Amino acid sequence: MTLIAVLDYGIGNLRSAQKALQHVGADARLTDDPGLVRDAAGVVLPGVGAFGRCMEALRAAHLDTVALDAVGRGQPFLGICVGMQLLYERSEETPGARGLGVLPGTVRWLPDTVKRPQMQWNVLDIVTPSSLFEGLPDPAWMYFVHSFAADDPTHVVATCDYGAPLAAAVHRDNVFATQFHPEKSGANGLHLLGNFVRDAAAAGAPGSGPSVGGAR
Amino acid sequence: MRAARVIPCLDVDAGRVVKGVNFVDLRDAGDPVELAARYDAEGADELVFLDITASSDQRDTIVDVVRRTAEQVFIPFTIGGGIRSVDDARRLLRAGADKVSVNTAAVERPALIGEIAEEFGAQCCVVAIDARSCRAEDPYPATPSGFRVYTHGGRTPFDLDAVAWAVDASRRGAGEVLLTSMDRDGTKDGFDLPLTRLVADATTIPVIASGGVGTLAHLAEGVVEGHADAVLAASIFHFGQHTIGEAKAAMTAAGITVRPA
Repeated sequence: MTLIAVLDYGIGNLRSAQKALQHVGADARLTDDPGLVRDAAGVVLPGVGAFGRCMEALRAAHLDTVALDAVGRGQPFLGICVGMQLLYERSEETPGARGLGVLPGTVRWLPDTVKRPQMQWNVLDIVTPSSLFEGLPDPAWMYFVHSFAADDPTHVVATCDYGAPLAAAVHRDNVFATQFHPEKSGANGLHLLGNFVRDAAAAGAPGSGPSVGGAR
Repeated sequence: MRAARVIPCLDVDAGRVVKGVNFVDLRDAGDPVELAARYDAEGADELVFLDITASSDQRDTIVDVVRRTAEQVFIPFTIGGGIRSVDDARRLLRAGADKVSVNTAAVERPALIGEIAEEFGAQCCVVAIDARSCRAEDPYPATPSGFRVYTHGGRTPFDLDAVAWAVDASRRGAGEVLLTSMDRDGTKDGFDLPLTRLVADATTIPVIASGGVGTLAHLAEGVVEGHADAVLAASIFHFGQHTIGEAKAAMTAAGITVRPA
């Protein structure tokens, strides 16, 4: 079974991501153990709540360096919602707070012409095909809950239209991230997570071999 | 684009769905988890569980419901009822709920909204407002909007304007308003459209319309005339009167964008 490390830094609802990954066949573990993360085939950084508070909690658990190491080692990496935003340099939500800086740019308020947060299902406009989108229906509806979105278009592979085209997913090398919640997007989201687990297993990290322990 | 959400609501008492559920193919029509999975499969956009458990020694049962739901339902779900503190909210969110809704406790102590939003993010803090048009026999003067906030499950009038409260709640960090008309709840006469429109137009956060749905046309009215972002209903779905698919087809026919069921 493919070992997926879900970084646990004590915030909000991390269980949904774990349960969804387990549902698509992964050995998903909530963990703050650097050794377990190193052994995992893939790493997931979920996030809910404020940017600054999430970064503080991530640093307090020393998971900022663990996340950066995983990205640097080339482990398949998936950021979800605020977990995507944390990959950028900074956010208008918490001026002064430093993000992980894996991706360039700033996370900015959604346009003030629309209700904030965007709290609804929306359609992905796929800009660049990615293996994580393989097999998704067209249109692919996903569930979004956010008031901020990344401003740099460089690595954006999908957008959604909400007052303006917003960054819905990014992909650079081994790093993939979604502004929507795949773990809350029903069959479509589970399909995308299944693609991530498949790719992680294929990437051949140590954890993609025989299971190193029981699930859950 | 803006896509309206269709949200079935389940009243849960001591871990069991009440208000009657009538699907022929359910193993156990009283099990909230089985019913939630059924609505997910039908294409519901979100779910709301309202915990109406009266006895305090059975309150933990809702945490178990949340835990089991999170294992098999992969759409967002909200838990409301009896949440009085950040710790109450944390227990439910850690068990797997996506949002918590606060009502009486937030009216009595509005700072609770900011505390939950600060700790977990505005996106998981829903403020539920039970509103009723002001009446001559009220113990307080009429409110500017003509709609009054009620607490304790709609039993207790409060000296608070429903529209002003929605605006205040959004400023305090609420991510969403769940607005129930006590005048219409249970009547099947449709949403209170003037109330819904007043609140939706006054706030910059999403508003869920609730109370009074008796037909599919009522759902569309809530969005088109009430300006709601989402519509909530219970009995028209529970009794097999209509499926989520039929609700969405009716809304699409009325020109509303929805995620297809």
